[in-house]
Amino acid sequence: MVVDARNNAPHYLRESASQTAGPYVHIGLAPGAAGFKIFDNELGWDIAGPNAKGQRIRVEGCVIDGTGSPVKDVLIEVWQANADGTYVRHEEGGARVEEGFRGWGRVITDFETGEWGFDTIKPGKVNARAKMASGVAGKVRDTHPDWQGRADENHAPMAPHLNLWIVARGINIGLNTRMYFDDEAEANATDPVLNLIEWENRRATLIAKHSGDRDGMPVYRFDIRLQGDNETVFFDV
Amino acid sequence: MMHPAEYYQRDRRIHPPALTPDYKTSVARSPRLALISLQGSVSETTGPVFGHGDLNPIDNDLIKNYAKDGDPVGERIIVHGRVLDENARPVPNTLVEIWQANAGGRYRHKKDTYLAPIDPNFGGCGRTITDADGHYFFRTVKPGAYPWRNWVNNWRPAHIHVSVFGHAFCQRLITQLYFEGDPLIPHCPIVQTIPDPDAIDRLTAKLDLNATVPLDSIAYRFDIVLRGRRSTMFENRMEGN
Ligand SMILES: [Fe+2]
Repeated sequence: MVVDARNNAPHYLRESASQTAGPYVHIGLAPGAAGFKIFDNELGWDIAGPNAKGQRIRVEGCVIDGTGSPVKDVLIEVWQANADGTYVRHEEGGARVEEGFRGWGRVITDFETGEWGFDTIKPGKVNARAKMASGVAGKVRDTHPDWQGRADENHAPMAPHLNLWIVARGINIGLNTRMYFDDEAEANATDPVLNLIEWENRRATLIAKHSGDRDGMPVYRFDIRLQGDNETVFFDV
Repeated sequence: MMHPAEYYQRDRRIHPPALTPDYKTSVARSPRLALISLQGSVSETTGPVFGHGDLNPIDNDLIKNYAKDGDPVGERIIVHGRVLDENARPVPNTLVEIWQANAGGRYRHKKDTYLAPIDPNFGGCGRTITDADGHYFFRTVKPGAYPWRNWVNNWRPAHIHVSVFGHAFCQRLITQLYFEGDPLIPHCPIVQTIPDPDAIDRLTAKLDLNATVPLDSIAYRFDIVLRGRRSTMFENRMEGN
């Protein structure tokens, strides 16, 4: 914030407006998928890295538009905690996560079918109360952990989840959603975010189904419906 | 231990709504139900970290980063600016990625079939990490306008797609850079999804004569603003901005 010396008024900048990622998003964010090699290290292919603890999993799905058709040119970004429920941090140097664990990745589709899939590890519960950002320095927060009574008001941790950000041609501003796990029913039942969703029948749109096992890894199915029947819950974060 | 502060709520009035019928593809790809507002948790106030080890120094030079037997065809330009937050603070060490058509308006993408030719020396993407002052720069060629299927005869103004991370997943942004004076801007249904004319102007890079390289490259200035963090007065210190 800059203060205008003439009248002491705070002066804020305004966020740059979003624009669609367009049909050729892969050129910039996944050039290999666009059909050429340019960078030595294309980012986002390995979410968890080789040293991550926890259960290796595979997640598969499809993004479906309002006509029921697959969105074949979608790009999804994943952001997740490790098996201990810890996110990589900018603020705190030092390895609090496993060497090579980025917790972030990019997912692109099979251009012919719109199906996508990625490998990662199942994240742990994230301690919503202790880590819920309140804008307050640690000391105050720890002595008055619930002073603001936020989304975490019931003091339950957030159930294991992946944060997803979806961009594509025709999507004017990236869509934020979350993927939870159907074999975490107990944690899901007290998850502060799922419980924020007034319409209980819509909560199911955020829960991936354990559809089987492959190569010793559980496979979860998570279809995302942009519009219409069973429209996925999207968040204003 | 410090915890990441929350961010100002996103002012959705400066962003395009999901449903913008003049941009036809949005019609079937736009949620119809309201977004659920979520108080920022650690899942939103943290975000991936990138370092110089992830990139090569040449990655921000689109004139050289795919050159095979010479420089790409087109008007040589520098695009530079700062990544700032709503508090007007620089956003250092954040990843900025761009992609664009070549000077003829053709993308190097297996799904682009426009009749303008591929440039053998132009890939069309670059990336960099902002410095301590939030500054970034790219060298490239000015992209050409190109036609697209929406109405019978729509043309995109010259533009560069820009992806920025910030330090929190809730700051994630993809936008497009336009060029000052382009007569196609008011005619483009994608640009015009933005309801606020000032917001469109802020996506329009301005000629920056002082940053040109004489006898070599013309320059445009483009600042990017990401969401800002709230501060708190607790413990007599400002946190987060
Ligand atoms: Fe484009």
